[in-house]
Amino acid sequence: MTGLSFDVSHLLAGALVLLSFTLLYQTRLYALINVYSAQSVVLSAVVAWQAFVQDAPHLYATAAIAFVFKAVAIPYALHRIVAGLGIARDVENVVGIGPTMLAGLALAALSVVVMLRIASEADSLAREDLAFALSVVLLGMLMMVVRRNAVSMVVGFMSLENGLILAAAGAKGMPLIVEMSVAFSVLVAITVIGVFLYGLNDQFNTVDAAALDRFQGDRR
Amino acid sequence: MIWSSIDPVAVILLIPGVSAFVLGVIPNYRVAAAFNALSALATFLAACALLFVKYPSGLYFLVDDLNVVFIVLNTFVAFTTSVFSMSYLPHEVETGRLTSFNLRFYHPMYQILLFAMNLALTANNIGLMWVAIEIATLTTVAMVGIYRTSEAIEAAWKYFILGSVGIALALFGTILVYMAAQPVIGEGIDGMVWTILIQRVGEFDPDLLNLAFVFLMLGYGTKVGLAPLHAWLPDAHAEGPTPISAVLSGLLLNVALYAVLRFKLLLDANTLAIAPGPLMATLGLVSLIFAAFMLYRRRDIKRLFAFSSIEHMGLIVFAFGIGGPLANFAGLLHMTMHSLTKSGIFFVVGHIAQAKGTQKIAEIRGLTTSHPWLGWSLVVGVFAIAGLPPLGVFMSEFLVVTSTFARSPVLALLVVFGLLVAFGALILRLQGMAFGTPSEGGKPSRASTAPIGAHFALVLLAGVYPPPPLVAWFQHVAAMLK
Repeated sequence: MTGLSFDVSHLLAGALVLLSFTLLYQTRLYALINVYSAQSVVLSAVVAWQAFVQDAPHLYATAAIAFVFKAVAIPYALHRIVAGLGIARDVENVVGIGPTMLAGLALAALSVVVMLRIASEADSLAREDLAFALSVVLLGMLMMVVRRNAVSMVVGFMSLENGLILAAAGAKGMPLIVEMSVAFSVLVAITVIGVFLYGLNDQFNTVDAAALDRFQGDRR
Repeated sequence: MIWSSIDPVAVILLIPGVSAFVLGVIPNYRVAAAFNALSALATFLAACALLFVKYPSGLYFLVDDLNVVFIVLNTFVAFTTSVFSMSYLPHEVETGRLTSFNLRFYHPMYQILLFAMNLALTANNIGLMWVAIEIATLTTVAMVGIYRTSEAIEAAWKYFILGSVGIALALFGTILVYMAAQPVIGEGIDGMVWTILIQRVGEFDPDLLNLAFVFLMLGYGTKVGLAPLHAWLPDAHAEGPTPISAVLSGLLLNVALYAVLRFKLLLDANTLAIAPGPLMATLGLVSLIFAAFMLYRRRDIKRLFAFSSIEHMGLIVFAFGIGGPLANFAGLLHMTMHSLTKSGIFFVVGHIAQAKGTQKIAEIRGLTTSHPWLGWSLVVGVFAIAGLPPLGVFMSEFLVVTSTFARSPVLALLVVFGLLVAFGALILRLQGMAFGTPSEGGKPSRASTAPIGAHFALVLLAGVYPPPPLVAWFQHVAAMLK
């Protein structure tokens, strides 16, 4: 791999992690969705670049799907839902932003240390892609833990899936799975948006998952 | 012969797949329920044919001695559950908890779930297996939420979030396995085919494999319901329709366990990678003891048996983690016994909850007097699951304990301790529900006796006189699992 294509891949994957951090400190719901959309745009650029570098035309399709659904359609639908439900536009955090960012830094450092040490036999690009992908996955999980609001939990989950696609695109010649995982993330998003957000809204007039804690079956 | 040219794997996938579409257009729910059962029976018969046909493994599908056990057990319990659901659903419609429109959604979903589970069990491609388990997760999420009460939606939401995170971790693990395989096997589909992987796994990078197994164990372990990751399981069991509780406990947990076992075999075959056994044994033991104590605090009958499922899945994972022919045999036998017993218990519990109009343990008393058939079935079921002789669960638990004792007496003592704690909790709760003065309220039940009787009879048979061909088969598979 030549110097330039390596640097571009590196840059794009790094941008993905950076946007994961940006997601962590958003306090407004609309801003959160916009950052997610930006992250998906970067993801589709990463995948398209990998398609070019690896000369794997099927990855262009993955990139296009990521762009159309994750960067445009799902954020648009989420905007509509947030507006339609008239729910609080602020994101409630269980943990403050400072500690969250510190935890995020620790997770990113952990994944770099683990991956760079472990995957010593794989080529350096795949290895660093994996390190970035693991950081995005862990940051997505962190976001699901520290957020109370159902919409931001979904966004956290979808950014986690962005990390998975980054890993899959970085693995040379990986068959099937990229297209399938994109198809599934769409399916997942539709399930969540269609069934649960409207369901939650019917039941509680709020999309705050904390309201659900009242129904811890055994203790009622 | 014409029959030999038919591909049995295609049949067990096509029957549920096509039935799902047919069921979507049948307006009458009684007809749909009967068709559902018929289709599940046909799938079970086709699965039995796999026992006699030698199936050549390809890039996508594989039938070997290990997964045949899972497929036959799965399709059998799926069939009996569909018979149970035939008698369970009309009551739910009459009481207005479900509408016939809900059921037009429920029956196709049931068949899609069977399709996904059969696909996961027959898949030879680790990517395909992951996709199948993801479909199974999404369908069960939709079915858990079908009552649309706040509790049901909460349960479905929790299940969805935890299940998705688990499944995402499993995908990351799957990608890592491919990354480990790619330098050795080369790019493309071959790097995800299990039969090719197992032949060359000795040359893979052990560090990548170790990391992959940690992700796979946590990811699929979430679906098995292992202790730190089990939070979705009791809610999903308690708030969904009872046939789904039976299918979750009896089948879906096994499918996830099967995935873990396949990857355990990969790691075992690489001498440089960590031994997966101790990790599995630890997680299993923690689940067993944790769930045993949690049983005491349950006030909801379906939650009680959901925690009992965590306990037993813990024991099964522990047995496979200990390894060796005897412990693997015990694990397989216990898995079979647990599937049959637990789904049988959920059939009984479903009818009890309908007859009494409540799931609260405190409001269910004196069942043997008011509903003798249900009451005594519950007694038999709880005796079976608590591990009393001469029922099959006793035999498999005894084998787990003795095989562990030979390796490490301390671990065996911990297992016995966990089992006794769980035993105490179950008998304590059973006493209140089955005996004494009957509680107020309640109506006669129209229980479906056939599925309950069939399950408990099989469990009794396995405890008294396990059929020699079955024992020989399990021994063979246990040796294969190492």
